[in-house]
Order: sequence, then C-alpha cells, then structure tokens
Amino acid sequence: MSEGGLEGRAGETARPVPFRGAGFAPGPNAYAGPLVFLLLLVTLEAGAQTGLISPLTLPAPSAVALTLWELALSGRLADHLLPSLGRLVVGAALGVATGIALGLVIGLFSLARAGLVPLVAALFPIPKIALLPLFVIWFGIGEGSKYALIAFGTFTPMVVATYGGVDAVDRTLVRMGQSFSLAWWSIVAKIVLPGALPAILSGLRVAIAIAIILLVAAEMLGAQHGVGAYILEAGSLYDLERLFAGVTLLSLMGVVANALIARLERLLLRWRG
Amino acid sequence: MDLRLDRVSHAYGGLDVLDAVSLDVPGGLIVCIVGPSGCGKSTLLRLIGGLERPTGGAVMQIGRPPAHSLNPLTFVFQEFALLPWRTVEGNVSLVLEDHGLGRVERLAIVTDVLERTRLAEFRSAFPRQLSGGMKQRVAIARALAVRPAVMLMDEPLSALDSQTRELLMDDLVGLWLREPFTAVYVTHNLEEAVRLGHRIVVLSRRPGRIRSIVDIDAPLDARVAGAPALEAYRRELWALIRDEASAADRELARV
Repeated sequence: MSEGGLEGRAGETARPVPFRGAGFAPGPNAYAGPLVFLLLLVTLEAGAQTGLISPLTLPAPSAVALTLWELALSGRLADHLLPSLGRLVVGAALGVATGIALGLVIGLFSLARAGLVPLVAALFPIPKIALLPLFVIWFGIGEGSKYALIAFGTFTPMVVATYGGVDAVDRTLVRMGQSFSLAWWSIVAKIVLPGALPAILSGLRVAIAIAIILLVAAEMLGAQHGVGAYILEAGSLYDLERLFAGVTLLSLMGVVANALIARLERLLLRWRG
Repeated sequence: MDLRLDRVSHAYGGLDVLDAVSLDVPGGLIVCIVGPSGCGKSTLLRLIGGLERPTGGAVMQIGRPPAHSLNPLTFVFQEFALLPWRTVEGNVSLVLEDHGLGRVERLAIVTDVLERTRLAEFRSAFPRQLSGGMKQRVAIARALAVRPAVMLMDEPLSALDSQTRELLMDDLVGLWLREPFTAVYVTHNLEEAVRLGHRIVVLSRRPGRIRSIVDIDAPLDARVAGAPALEAYRRELWALIRDEASAADRELARV
C-alpha cells in the first residue's frame, strides 16, 4: 500500500506512528451529570405512566414532586426542614471545629501524635449511631444528644484529614519560615494551616456526608420534627410518595452542602489555579 | 559582621558528614563552598544559619549585625520556598510581618526590593504563574527585604536551566556591585563559583574537610563568562575535586 510517494528507501511502505497516549486524563463535562439524573427520572416517570411500574413498588417522580409541593405549601416543609438544618449546622460546626483543632495539635506535636493517634484510630470505626443511647443519657433526649452524635461523627474524619494535611505540608516552607525567624504562631497560621487547607476541605466533604446520615438516624430514633422523623412516619405508613419526598430532601441537602464546599474551595484555593 | 567557623563537625546518627571545618567569612565578600555531592555543603550552610546544631565546634558571629538588619542570617533556597498561596508581594511581605513594622514602612520595603530585582510589574502574580528564574528572583527579593548581614545561598541557581542561570548570575553581580553584601554561596557548579566567589572553599568528600581555599582577586564585573583566566581557575578547582567526586559517585548510599 504505497501512498503518495511515501515509500521508504528500501521500497518499504511508510505508516503513521500509532497513537498510544489516549485515556487516563479525566476532563470536565458539564452535561453528563444532569443528563443521568434526567434520564433516570424520565424512565421512572414513563414506567409509572404506562403502568409498567406499579405505584406500590415505586412512586412516579411527578407524584413525589407533587407531594413535596403540597408539603411546602402547607408550611410543614419548614417544620421538618428547619430543625434538621439547625441540628446539622450546630452538630457539624462543633465536630468540625474540634476536629480541626485536635488534628492540628496531633500534626504539630509528637507527644500528642504518639498519644492520640491510636485513640482516634479506635474511635473512627465505631458506628456512632450505636452510641446514641449513651448520648441520650449524657445530654438528654432533646437537641443535646443529636448535636453530640453529629459532632462526634464529623470529629474523627476531620482529625484524620487535618493531621494528614499538616503532614503533607512542604517541610522546606516550614524551614524557610524558621530561617526568617518567623514566630511559631506565624508559621502555624501562615504556612502550616494554608498548606493543610486542601486536605481539610476534602475531609469536610466526607464529614458533611456522615453528618447527614447521622442526622437522619438520630431523628428516626427520637424526634417529633425533622426530615428523619418525617421519613420514619411515612415509612411506617407505607406512604412511598412521602418517603421519597423525604429522601429527595436529604439528597438535596447533600448536593447543596457539596456545592457550598466547592465554592469554598474555589474561594480559598484560588492560588492553585 | 563577620562569621567564624571554629572546628565545626557534624554527624547524623553515627555518620560523620563534616570534620573540623574552620573558616572565616569576612564581611562584604562572597565565599563559595564547592565539593563533590554528599560532602556536607548544604549541612554546613544550615549549621551556619542556625537551622541545625553542630555536634562539635561552633559557629561564631564576630561583631554585631548592623542595627537596621531584621534577619542577620538569611537563606536563599534551591527550591525557592515560596508560599504558593501568596502573591509575589505577599511572599516578600511575609518575612516583614513579625517585625512590628507599620504597613506603610512594609510596603515601602517591598516596593524597593521588587524594584531592585526588577519584579515591580509582577507584584500581584502568584508563584505558579512565574518561571523558575522569576521565582528565584522573588526569593532573592525576599532575602534582601530583611536586610541580611550575611546571605546563605544554598545552590540558588541549581534548579534553573543554564540560560536562566546565566541571567541570574548577572543579576547577582549587579546587586553586589550596587551594594556589596556578604554571602556564603554553596554550589556544585564550578562556573558559578569562579564567576561569583571572592573566595572559594573546596571541601573533600564525606566527611567534609577543607581541602583548599582559592582566592580570586578579579573584580566581579570584570569576570566574563568563558574568560581564559576564569577557565584556568575552574580547571584548577576541577582538578582538586575530580578524583573525590568520582570516588563519591561510586560510594553506596548509607541510609
């Protein structure tokens, strides 16, 4: 197959070098994510409308949307959503703040590291929900035990993410700070903390997801109001439309939290470009 | 302010890296330290700068550092050591923030050093936007900002390509001619040593001892790249190091 005089000296054919560098380079795609959602919803809706999916097995997305709309109009959405958000914010703020603080201490002091890392490793895998009865005894059946549960659940991943981030800070930068006689506190605030920030923010994503799971668990075990209580009530009545309406709310909380963290990352990590 | 190294020795857990190094660093001159890799050049610099404690001997400051000096012993690192989350201006101002200077005074110093290093138009750029040579210029500006009595330069041009290195050598010569500074300049590049060093200290391979000290009297602005006189010095230094470097190269790493 000789093409346009590309023949080699010995009469051999010339071919383009085969390309082998494809793949392993994830790129952005703005449409794929929403499209998957849309496709799923359309399929479910079509199934429900044609009678292929019985409303006893899976409610139609339009029915769930209608339930949510009615819930919002009746004002009961706020009754359930606001207490849930309050618990989430207070509990997660407590857990994240103490987690970052302890993670910093472990990252900065060898004695704290030697003494506390095994303890954190022992606490991390405990299903925190198992401790709810204990928290009820300690902090009461009201909001206290729910705050404590969410705080404890977010605390451990934040500790691990923070001291991992501190460990990953470039030691040359710390040396540089020392060589210019910066104060100890300056080195921590201006070099160590900003250097650990990317790891802390990715720890925050994990922590918030855990917080939402624990929120629902705590509200199922003892609350009048809250998304978890709403779902539990709907579930015990086999009211699938309300059940899915509640689950949708949780999903939305997760999506919104993720978007907020993404914004925070863009704001704080602008220097990464 | 002069520095005097008095029989400085150092060991890392039983491994001797420096053996009784005695040396004077007179004010206003650039002292280059050269030697085969692993001879303890960088360790010596960290000992001089007080980032590590020698296991034997002492590093002494003779006389007081000038009163206006904010950080008498100031490093310039091979890897630049710029904070990626601060702009050029922020990186320079970082080292001024703990000295109780007013905002206006700080800004004036930053502006002055950025002008001296010809970085004025890059003051709000982030390090990732700069080439290696520009990054090292920022690090040099940062070092100048604290008005050091002695600059401790740890292979400052080794991470740069040869063209950028040439340009930065000219910059350093220009800065020194404008306002002579004292420097201890560690390098493995003999070309740099003969271009910038008033005094060149040759270390042996590990454990580092002083093998020889070569003084070059030619003024810095008269030293042109590739000039026969410099080339002769370079060859003299290479003859001193060559066998040691070859032996050091064939040594197994002891970790």
